[in-house]
Amino acid sequence: MSKSVQAVSQIGQLDGKSRITSLVSMLPKLLMPLVGILLFLAVWNGVSKSIDTSLGQFPGPAQVWQQSIVLVNEHNAQRDKAAAFYERQEVRNAQRVAQDESYVPKIREFTGAPTFFDQIWTSLYTVMVGFFIASIIAVPAGILCGLSKSAYAAMNPLIQIFKPVSPLAWLPLVTMVVSALYVSNDPVFSKSFITSAVTVSLCCLWPTLVNTAVGVSNIDADLVNVSKVLRLTPLKHVQKIVLPASIPMIFTGLRLSLGIGWMVLIAAEMLAQNPGLGKFVWDEFQNGSSESLARIMVAVITIGIIGFMLDRLMLAVQRFASWDKNAVLR
Amino acid sequence: MLSIIANKKRRNPAGSLFLVAALFSVSLLSSVTAVSAQELGWPEKEELKFGFIKLTDMAPLAVAYEKGYFEDEGLYVTLEAQANWKVLLDRVIDGQLDGAHMLAGQPLGATIGYGTQSHIVTAFSMDLNGNGITVSNDVWAEMKKAIPHEDGKPVHPIKADYLKPVVDNYKEAGKPFKMGMVFPVSTHNYELRYWLAAGGVHPGYYAPHKGDTSGQIDAQALLSVTPPPQMPATLEAGTINGYCVGEPWNQQAVFKDIGVPVITDYEIWKNNPEKVFGVSSQWAEENPNTHIRVVKAMIRAAMWLDANNNANRPEAVKMLAKSSYVGADEEVIANSMTGTFEYEKGDKRDIPDFNVFFRHNATYPYYSDAIWYLTQMRRWGQISEPKSDNWYLDTAKNVYRPDIYTKAAQALIKDGLAKASDFPDFASETGFKPPQTEFIDNVTFDGTKPNGYLEQFSIGLKGDTVL
Repeated sequence: MSKSVQAVSQIGQLDGKSRITSLVSMLPKLLMPLVGILLFLAVWNGVSKSIDTSLGQFPGPAQVWQQSIVLVNEHNAQRDKAAAFYERQEVRNAQRVAQDESYVPKIREFTGAPTFFDQIWTSLYTVMVGFFIASIIAVPAGILCGLSKSAYAAMNPLIQIFKPVSPLAWLPLVTMVVSALYVSNDPVFSKSFITSAVTVSLCCLWPTLVNTAVGVSNIDADLVNVSKVLRLTPLKHVQKIVLPASIPMIFTGLRLSLGIGWMVLIAAEMLAQNPGLGKFVWDEFQNGSSESLARIMVAVITIGIIGFMLDRLMLAVQRFASWDKNAVLR
Repeated sequence: MLSIIANKKRRNPAGSLFLVAALFSVSLLSSVTAVSAQELGWPEKEELKFGFIKLTDMAPLAVAYEKGYFEDEGLYVTLEAQANWKVLLDRVIDGQLDGAHMLAGQPLGATIGYGTQSHIVTAFSMDLNGNGITVSNDVWAEMKKAIPHEDGKPVHPIKADYLKPVVDNYKEAGKPFKMGMVFPVSTHNYELRYWLAAGGVHPGYYAPHKGDTSGQIDAQALLSVTPPPQMPATLEAGTINGYCVGEPWNQQAVFKDIGVPVITDYEIWKNNPEKVFGVSSQWAEENPNTHIRVVKAMIRAAMWLDANNNANRPEAVKMLAKSSYVGADEEVIANSMTGTFEYEKGDKRDIPDFNVFFRHNATYPYYSDAIWYLTQMRRWGQISEPKSDNWYLDTAKNVYRPDIYTKAAQALIKDGLAKASDFPDFASETGFKPPQTEFIDNVTFDGTKPNGYLEQFSIGLKGDTVL
């Protein structure tokens, strides 16, 4: 009895010690990223001073910070203009109805130019739609490839050929096909949105597809045997055995896909002049004002941060969905 | 009014009470614009999207939007920058854009089928002048040696005669001499060709009937297309040795220290027509009232831009410097928009008419302007077959629509927003400017005799010549 009490208290002491040591060992973990960022800022600041472009000096952290504030102010100013626009519109509608009662008044959306934050929203929305379309195609196709050797053999050449294709090669084809097929007098989505989303889908199909196929084909033989013993129907087999077992690999694929999709989208928006962050970057480049480079830098950092956040988001979903809570995910 | 009466027929007797109420409120609320609204008819389409290229001469569109002139006409317009002239034209043709800021040659070229074939019309000329020709610092250093100086500054206008030895040197060294312009049917292409040919440098022919649309047959200077905003960067990269483009991209070269503007188009042809507002003819047929209202709003914008001796220009510059419009630095845009032009760094001269938006009847779509562009298309082989004088006139009438302009102007006069003296005398206007003489090579242009005009040039196709 006393022995066990001693043992418990020892464990308690050990626990206290290890807590301190773990705190100490945590310190560099917390500190080092900060050091890294500060070092980067210092180097950036130093180097930028010595780069003279035809648009003036390369922007340092201070100018970029300043431009990010300008962008916020521009966004707010535009919101005020939008409010005034809606007010004027209501007055005008009322006047028109008074003169011409057959007129059905309608509130039209603000016609001003989209701000930086509007563009962020457009890009996020587009990438999510493209990613979603890709996923609902890639996961079933991947499962099929993983389950059946012959299906895999049939699809493999296509996967290998299309996987390395750059989005920019797809873009002209997608643009033409979308404008030919997507004909509607009152379209719900704009053509440019569909083009961007489809291009994103085409490029983020592959990682999900390949990883799902690998995950499914590598299921533990014991699990497959269990399924055989229980005589599960093919559908139940997929539902109860295949899906849970390959979730980690599927999510690895999805994370890769979303990352690729985000990169592809920015490039597609730049080239096709479709609304979004890519267009913002291109427009600023075309403007060639002395603030353009700093504004582009704000966009670059924003794109990076959003890409990072999307990845963390997928990681969180993966942790939640995965049965193997001990697996190291990074 | 018409719609109210039409509605009455469908309504039950109780509805007539409504009608009385409506008429009563009309009489109460009728303002100046409301009266004209009924005479003109309501717009068929209220939500419009117009395209533009990032150039200062898109100003009438920006002003009509920012000053609420479009909204005064009951139009909700979205303005959208386009990547290049081809994209812009294609989007007007396929209906993604309702109309656009276009090169004067674009509606003509599209209608006669040079490039994409589609019937495009214009009822509004957006501005006069506004372009310049810039050469790289190296080329300028060579040219400058031969140019006479006065008070330490080169004497303007500088003819291409001074460029010819440089081009010859390039040829001897076996290097191509390349220049950029913005589009095959652009004003810039024709102005650059005009200037080069006037100085004895052959700019090359097109031969579309043989499938050659490079425009470099027999050329001493090789011209190619670069979108306006990319001109300075392309010059800096050394891909081209010079270019012809609209503002602010010549002044940008001065500010960035990568090139020197040698001449403005004002000096090549005084008060030459520049951009137009183009719409597809199908759109124009389907939306006649909307079209007139758009032109109305744009005439008001042009008047505002030129009012009181360019007094509003500084405000316009602020507007254009916004990143959603032209987006270049204010000082760069101001350099040319406020009546000056900077050639070499520090050599800033007054050219009050460098950008004309309204005075000199700048907005009226003259047939003779259209015919000048058609003669240049013939001169450089874009029109490969000989054409009769009548063909030139018919084509001009098919594309240029002063009738629509006239309705818009008369509505403005009735609204009290403009005076009759602001416009040409519509009763007697023939659409032909009197023969114009102010070209750099002193050749006279008479719009009624296009073939006779072409006979006067030593370089260029004319008469029955077919390549």
